[in-house]
Amino acid sequence: MLNNLQLNSEGKLKHFLSIEGLNKSLLTEILDIAESFVGIGDHQIKKVPLLRGKTIVNLFFENSTRTRTTFELAAKRLSADVLSISISTSSTSKGESLLDTIRNLEAMFVDMFVVRHAISGAAHFIAQQTAPHISVINAGDGQHAHPTQAMLDMFTIRQIKKDFSNLRVAIIGDILHSRVARSQIQALNILGAAEIRVIAPKTLLPAHVESLGVNVSHNLNAGLKDIDVVIMLRLQKERMSSALLPSESEYFKCFGLTEEKLKIAKPDAIVMHPGPINRGVEIHSKVADGPQSVILKQVSNGIAIRMAIMAMAMQKQGAM
Amino acid sequence: MDQIHIKQGRIIDPVNNINYIGSVYIADGKIISVTHEPAGFKPDTIIDAHSQIVCPGFIDLSTRLRQPGQSRKATFKSETAAAASSGVTTMCLQPDTSPVIDTPAVAELVKDLAEKANYPQIHPIAALTRNLEGTELSAMLSLKQAGCIAVGNANQSVKNLLILRRAMEYAASHDLLVMFRPNDFWLGNNGCVHEGAFATRYGLPGIPEEAETIALAQCLELVGLTGCRVHFGQLSCKRSVIKIFQAKKYGLHVSADVAIHQLHLTENDIIPFDSNYHVLPPLRTEADRQYLRHGLASGTLNSICSDHQPHDLDAKLGAFPETEPGVSSLETLLPLMLKLVADQAITLEQGIASLSENPARVLHIKSGALTVGFAADVCIFDPELEWRVNSDNWQSRGVNTPFWGKTLKGRVTHTIQAGKIIHCL
Repeated sequence: MLNNLQLNSEGKLKHFLSIEGLNKSLLTEILDIAESFVGIGDHQIKKVPLLRGKTIVNLFFENSTRTRTTFELAAKRLSADVLSISISTSSTSKGESLLDTIRNLEAMFVDMFVVRHAISGAAHFIAQQTAPHISVINAGDGQHAHPTQAMLDMFTIRQIKKDFSNLRVAIIGDILHSRVARSQIQALNILGAAEIRVIAPKTLLPAHVESLGVNVSHNLNAGLKDIDVVIMLRLQKERMSSALLPSESEYFKCFGLTEEKLKIAKPDAIVMHPGPINRGVEIHSKVADGPQSVILKQVSNGIAIRMAIMAMAMQKQGAM
Repeated sequence: MDQIHIKQGRIIDPVNNINYIGSVYIADGKIISVTHEPAGFKPDTIIDAHSQIVCPGFIDLSTRLRQPGQSRKATFKSETAAAASSGVTTMCLQPDTSPVIDTPAVAELVKDLAEKANYPQIHPIAALTRNLEGTELSAMLSLKQAGCIAVGNANQSVKNLLILRRAMEYAASHDLLVMFRPNDFWLGNNGCVHEGAFATRYGLPGIPEEAETIALAQCLELVGLTGCRVHFGQLSCKRSVIKIFQAKKYGLHVSADVAIHQLHLTENDIIPFDSNYHVLPPLRTEADRQYLRHGLASGTLNSICSDHQPHDLDAKLGAFPETEPGVSSLETLLPLMLKLVADQAITLEQGIASLSENPARVLHIKSGALTVGFAADVCIFDPELEWRVNSDNWQSRGVNTPFWGKTLKGRVTHTIQAGKIIHCL
């Protein structure tokens, strides 16, 4: 079902909604195409004409700086016309439904929606409801998926580690509420990572988390052993008020990544974070800014990956 | 009133131990004889039930017809037509209408709407607490006198156990049945699917089975304390069945039902983000489904309800967690029951009893059997007739069902309510 929705009859990307249902060769194709876009930011003219004349609407029902900006830049570098709308301050506050918002924008002849929404399944819903010529890119839906983030993370890992088959990856923190973690786990499994470990207290792990294809640890020291890639997740402040954790300081004591703890992982381990980071809550500044951190590289790679995915989803309309 | 002769059908009436081919004779709205033709009987209508099954009309312990208050979703007219075409002759109506059935006036309005829809056998369930808020008792005695058959709190939890205890004590004082869907509000945590692998994969808020089993255990303890007669509705998991079994063994007067879709679907059947699978309690695991079937076969669960909840399109149009829960399920009730028989989970007699004899016992009503002198509520169905679930074959205003487009086997050909033919295919 997810598969049918995301791919056209020739198995090409139509929407990009979740990693689930995509195969290794398609994920690899995304990474390869992104590779070809990496240099563009260094050029005098930072543009390619692939999406000239196309209109892309960034529809953000949730706040975002990084994701929205990189999507916007990616679209502009593909020569598309871009409109960014923050809906939290727009018509839905007047009671307009998600569907009506989409219908209205559709009537303005747009070619692609990039959607972020607080409810799981929102991007699928839009993809199901929207006119057939429009592509939908999921920029994060509830706790379900954030597939472009996962792909830029895979891209960053591949840049440094080359091959996934020997990699042991630890994902640390609030797995329960993390759409990023869900998409990363799916991508790592499809790309054939040797092991994925999730490390968190039980309150921040979903039920039956092993069913996602991961090993589970509740102890950071034990969990970091032999790890090649350390992925930290952001801890939202509201987790304290909903009794999932006692305090930030206790969390940092148990699960915060410090230089000392990082030494338990392999010496050449890299540290990643989807951002925005909470210094002193999930990660110590010395690690975030340290030599093993690739956090800013992730941000730069976000543009190339999003260019690749947008261009691929527009293939049917003559791009590429 | 017309005299009706139903002939040559296979009569299955679990109460009277009947399972043979014969005739049913109806006059003055009542069953006057089974098998033997009464002297001087002159039928106005003869129904040839050759190769069909003739059984007591079905009694549905949990329905929502959306009136009063939500006629954009459905009306008594549309939903009683759906019930009639499904062989259902008696329905209990959940109190979460708008306004809530917590005053005699609303109960009378419901009875009035039923009369106007020419389907009088609708029994309102009164709210257990005022406006279902779980804080003050409803006027249960007045509500009983206004025609309410039981009291219940629909999908709302009674969070305060002291209030629940007092509500049960008060209901027991007036010999009122409490119909209770166990659900702990806090553990339910606004979830929309079973807390399991599916919820984890799709990042959907989950409802653990403990939200049901803990609320059930608490209420069972209060049954012991208060002596209240309680029927537990729409149980969804294995451990609830075990708890009911143990409670009965211990001597508590409790009974329980299961919604028909829980006996067929699990979390694995959910098409991701398809809101037609959004139901409460949520579809659980294969082990739960198997054990619910087992519970029905062994009699621990004595009834099947449709848990009919028709919705308008808008209610199901949205991202999954934001859509309204519930299935329009009257019209698939019989074929899905017959599927249980085909799967050898239960016998046909058990299936029919779970839709007639047993719910009648729960409600203490003289119905659910072809006993001479009882109101003539009869369902005649063709167990082999295949039909497609589509708008040509559908009466309910709600088309929200996971079975839409599927071909099902078993169709009601005639429904007789108190001697009146209310459906004829």
